[in-house]
Amino acid sequence: MARRPLSPHMTVYRFGYTMSLSILHRAMGLVLSIAFIVFAAWLCAAAAGEAAYDDFIGLLPAPLARAGLALVVVAFVYHLANGIRHLFWDAGLGFERSQARRSGALVVVVAVIGSAVALYALFTHGAAS
Amino acid sequence: MRGSTPLARVLGLGSAKQGAHHWWIERVTAIALIPLGLWLAVSLLALPDFRHDTVAAFIGSGSHPTLLLLTIATIWWHSRLGVQVVVEDYVHAPALKSATIILLSFAHALLAVAGGIAVLRLALAN
Repeated sequence: MARRPLSPHMTVYRFGYTMSLSILHRAMGLVLSIAFIVFAAWLCAAAAGEAAYDDFIGLLPAPLARAGLALVVVAFVYHLANGIRHLFWDAGLGFERSQARRSGALVVVVAVIGSAVALYALFTHGAAS
Repeated sequence: MRGSTPLARVLGLGSAKQGAHHWWIERVTAIALIPLGLWLAVSLLALPDFRHDTVAAFIGSGSHPTLLLLTIATIWWHSRLGVQVVVEDYVHAPALKSATIILLSFAHALLAVAGGIAVLRLALAN
């Protein structure tokens, strides 16, 4: 193999909080990929009938399942909000440092409020209440 | 690079000419997942409970199988492309990198096909 420099060059940059948003985008994406495993298994369990489905639901203790569900909700809201920010960049918009910081702050606000609303709906009125 | 054989160039240097396609499909599926993901999230939040009859009725009824199959197919692509980039960034040994990406591709295919067939079974049972 030719010895080429490989990204990401994490250590050469001065830390900015937008970097943690970028890392978080990737981490939350991975959480959602893992959630895809559970989602596919959940669909299969539902198709396999009531007994199999109840076994599947019983695999995890309820508090653990609720915590996992909450993490997936937060991951989804954040990855969605920050993903839309990425799509604007892909269209060539908002590249200035001040704009990127402002859109980053907006994503955090949207993610916090969106997650709070979704978690409230899920755990007080929804299926996991 | 002058003087090297085509094989040496493929093994050592040069792009696989797939990067732009990877980038484009990742964006197209991202755009598709805005409405599809929101639909799925809101639908699941709106379910009264996660009991079997409730869930099976939701999955199999009306437009839900169509939307679920579209969502599964789109997640399949988007997630596979996403984790591939993560592997490419953090796994440096070439053989391990390729093996990991192939394994993850198989895993995504398995999940998507199994999930899709589960949706179809519930749709036909309804």
